[in-house]
Amino acid sequence: MRSICFAMRMLRREWRSGELGVLLLALTVAVAALTGVGFLVSRIRAAVALQATQVLAADLRVDSSRPIAKADFAEAHQDGLRSARTADMLSVVFDGQRSELADIYAVTSAYPLRGRVLVAGQPFARGEPAGGVPPPGVIWLDSRLLAALGAHVGSQVSVGAAALRVGRVLISRPDQGGTFTGLVPSLLMNAADLPRTRLIQPGSRVRYSALFAGHRAPIKAFKTWLEAHLSPAAHLRDIAEASPQIESAVERASRFLTLSSLVAVLLCAAAVAMSARRYLARHLDLVALLKTLGASRNLTLRLTALQLLGVAMLATLAGASLGYLAQAWLAQAMRGVLAASTLPAASLAPIGIGGLTAVALLAGFALPPLWQLSRTPAVRVLRRDIGPPPPAVLLAFGPAVAVIGALIYWALLDFKLFAEVTAGLTVFVALLTAAGALLVRAAARLRGRVGVAWRYGLANLGRRRTDSVVQIVAFGVGIMALLLLALIRSELDGGWRRTLPADLPNYFFINIRPHRRAAVLGFLRSHGARTTRMLPMMRGRLAAINGRPVGSIHFKDRRGRHFATREQNLTWTAALGGDNRIVAGRWWTRAQFGKPLVSVATEFEHWLGLRLGDELTFDIAGDTLTVRVASIRKVEWDSFKPNFLIEFPPGLLRKETGTYLTSAYLTPAGARALAAFARRFPSVSIFDINDLLSDVRSMLDKAILAVQSVFVFTLLAGLTVLLAAVQSSRDERRYESAMLRALGASRATIAQGVLAEFAALGALAGVLAAAGASVAAWFLTTRVLHLRYAFNPQACMVGFAGAVLLVAASGWLATRSAVKQPPLDTLRAGT
Amino acid sequence: MPTVTAQSRDARHGDRRKGAAGSVAPERDPQASAAIGSVLTAEHLSKQVDSPEGPLTIVHDVSLEILAGESVAVVGPSGAGKSTLLALLAGLELPTDGRVLLEGQDLTALDEDGRARLRARCVGFVFQAFHLIPALTALENVMLPLELAGHAAARASALETLRRVGLADRTGHYPRQLSGGEQQRVALARAFVTKPAVLFADEPTGNLDTTTGARIGQLLFEMNADSRTTLVLVTHDQDLAARCRRVMHMEAGRLL
Repeated sequence: MRSICFAMRMLRREWRSGELGVLLLALTVAVAALTGVGFLVSRIRAAVALQATQVLAADLRVDSSRPIAKADFAEAHQDGLRSARTADMLSVVFDGQRSELADIYAVTSAYPLRGRVLVAGQPFARGEPAGGVPPPGVIWLDSRLLAALGAHVGSQVSVGAAALRVGRVLISRPDQGGTFTGLVPSLLMNAADLPRTRLIQPGSRVRYSALFAGHRAPIKAFKTWLEAHLSPAAHLRDIAEASPQIESAVERASRFLTLSSLVAVLLCAAAVAMSARRYLARHLDLVALLKTLGASRNLTLRLTALQLLGVAMLATLAGASLGYLAQAWLAQAMRGVLAASTLPAASLAPIGIGGLTAVALLAGFALPPLWQLSRTPAVRVLRRDIGPPPPAVLLAFGPAVAVIGALIYWALLDFKLFAEVTAGLTVFVALLTAAGALLVRAAARLRGRVGVAWRYGLANLGRRRTDSVVQIVAFGVGIMALLLLALIRSELDGGWRRTLPADLPNYFFINIRPHRRAAVLGFLRSHGARTTRMLPMMRGRLAAINGRPVGSIHFKDRRGRHFATREQNLTWTAALGGDNRIVAGRWWTRAQFGKPLVSVATEFEHWLGLRLGDELTFDIAGDTLTVRVASIRKVEWDSFKPNFLIEFPPGLLRKETGTYLTSAYLTPAGARALAAFARRFPSVSIFDINDLLSDVRSMLDKAILAVQSVFVFTLLAGLTVLLAAVQSSRDERRYESAMLRALGASRATIAQGVLAEFAALGALAGVLAAAGASVAAWFLTTRVLHLRYAFNPQACMVGFAGAVLLVAASGWLATRSAVKQPPLDTLRAGT
Repeated sequence: MPTVTAQSRDARHGDRRKGAAGSVAPERDPQASAAIGSVLTAEHLSKQVDSPEGPLTIVHDVSLEILAGESVAVVGPSGAGKSTLLALLAGLELPTDGRVLLEGQDLTALDEDGRARLRARCVGFVFQAFHLIPALTALENVMLPLELAGHAAARASALETLRRVGLADRTGHYPRQLSGGEQQRVALARAFVTKPAVLFADEPTGNLDTTTGARIGQLLFEMNADSRTTLVLVTHDQDLAARCRRVMHMEAGRLL
């Protein structure tokens, strides 16, 4: 207790002297980077979970082709859960002489348990929360159904044997993505009216669902119970299963963001190590004196450790506050990337993680020098040349390596990835260090060819070579990360513009009946549309791979299971699309038409682990079809032309069961004819790709902005390394400056020398950053994104100039006081 | 191996205060001497270090005995081994051979922490370079040894001692805000604030001008007399050495 009080008093006194400032700054930036990302990721996760429950309209959902057993509901009520029932079927509805196929969705009064039903008084209007379900005798029709029937609010519409009144216009309901097909217009009705409609007859295709919601623990317990009691025909879905793609995307994004913030943390670690080295040098005399005055070695170690713990606590507070502000800004910047309009509150867990990281950084990078400090012999008070004995290599570097390893593993939680990232990082750092060392050496050679100020600056770079290399690498990495993202962003945008023709299809037309193909094409062409190929489309399920039912196959990739079990869109075509490339096998010849063959896209092949020659069995509208994988295609999805994961040769599927789709480019003037198109072809769904394209661009921009914001921390960390390096050389600089001024150098000459040194440092970091970012951008654009790479000298120049200005200004500000101190004071002090 | 006691050398050089030192027998058993008031005893002390030219003996077979309340000056040319002898006597480092008894305790038998505890209890220091802690005020510097020893009234004692050295109005000043003489007065206050049994002073006036040095010397001896502390002083300053009861001459690691 006494040592804690004493340590805190010493900390207060040390704080006044400004010795711990850089250490605190380094830890604060590290904690801010980690907590900022941590807060953001926790909010995104919560938003995704919320979104997922809305997709289900519940926390748990059971879908079945038979009515759900009453026992399931009884059990749920016993567990204190809320429940609702839905029945979903396709039927033709009538308004007088007009009829239309509709997706009829009957619900009980508690529906929806999660999310909201939006309704309006007019079709295609902005929806308002309904605050309930249609009362008995009333139905809510969606805008398309209302328009197709020519009905309005108040009309009587026949649904089966019942005549029901249109109460409101259905704008959306939470689980509308999970119905028969999103292409059929729908209506919402009260389940109490179902018997009157007489729609459910033996053999009717009805999908029954049971919805459950409640607190997390009873839901979990109920899920376990359901899994044990559910009939084989029923399918249980919960949050994890509702949106596996989103969840895995969030998982990957959070890993990437955490790894990005780790770059800042690792740079801060370098600053911590530098600060600790200075702390060691500045405290050798103090520890020797304390020992002389009677302090034990343990006490000196305790004092420094407690002081550092105090610094870690301060850094955690400051860093977490900064991180919270940063994530609030990031969340604002990323608005719109997620469907949720407002993100849920952040969890507090990242504060703990930030605190642990601060302590870990100190333990790894500061404790070894402090351990050494505690070994300072007391006799140093009489002989200043005596210092502590050199530390063992394992003690000096072991904790640092262990902490770096632990941090990376914590971010990845995957041993294979950890090994790859660590190896990659080691090579990357080694390459950067070698490049930095070469640059410093090259700069030192210029000394003889420049004026006195630059000679002084370059000489300083060369003399403090190790520090210079560390600073160049630290700064270079920060600027490189930002520059790389800027290059990638412009490459993606530019690449897209280069790849996409001006007449890129901007509308998709789906659900074209076979006999109306020619009419649809004729209408579109008569209005100046440039149409693409028209492909048939059928729905079917993959039943087995090589004779094994898909349900019994274990897929390595989580997406594999999802893709294997979902309903597939299938097509047949004679010719390979211009935007398709065969990467394995051969496209079918005319002689192979009608043969049991299939061509799959590389994504399908990868997710399901397929190989050429594998046998796939499909269940298509009640028919079983077994085909052999004849070819694998690489599809350019961004051509915005009709494309399918699974394609068959012509003559294999029954033509009359499918519908067709196509895409077309329409000028804004031509697009005005689409209203007439919708009236003439009411069953055809039109998708506007213009919005999708701009949405994708905007999302990409926002995501890149978020990552760039995280890399701002990396730049801050680079700045911290610079400050730490300047601080560690401050006494030396003060002495040199005093000596030079005593020898007749003006203050301006010394200032120019210092500016020259940091400008050179910034220039070298800029060269490293521009070169590194260009190489990385080339690799990512050509090898990963498969776009053409064009060197961007403008962005590189901006990065280079930014580095020179930032480093020169920061370096000058940090060393100004050392240069300005009157020389006599310094020379009298002796250091 | 010749064994020369401080007392016998003092006698040979006709020390002005030999009457006072003469009470110590030349070959006395140190254990016995402790019983009659010996506070510090060195027996056959040697210190050898490695150098690029091979092993170098800095202190060569020194034995001495210092009584409680005595003031002893160690003088000699630079490089004679005076500061190393002081370090050995204070337990700041260990001898290669021989042993040191401080307040009856064998320093060579104690570990680093044991020696530190002993110093905290009964030793004070004054250094040529003052060795004040730059981050601490004058008052905080004086409080430091009391805080390390866990004294409850550290602040009051430190204020009183600073008042004694004439710095009552400088308590909140940092070392850089004090003159050299003032800094050394703070160092004196720090050394005496714990009322040590032995005070080791290494060139206490070495960094000061003649006038300030004389004032600091005056203060040192006044405080030493008031506190009845044993003083072991290493100095080049002949006047300062002359104020001690006993003067020991050292050359090439040996007491002459």
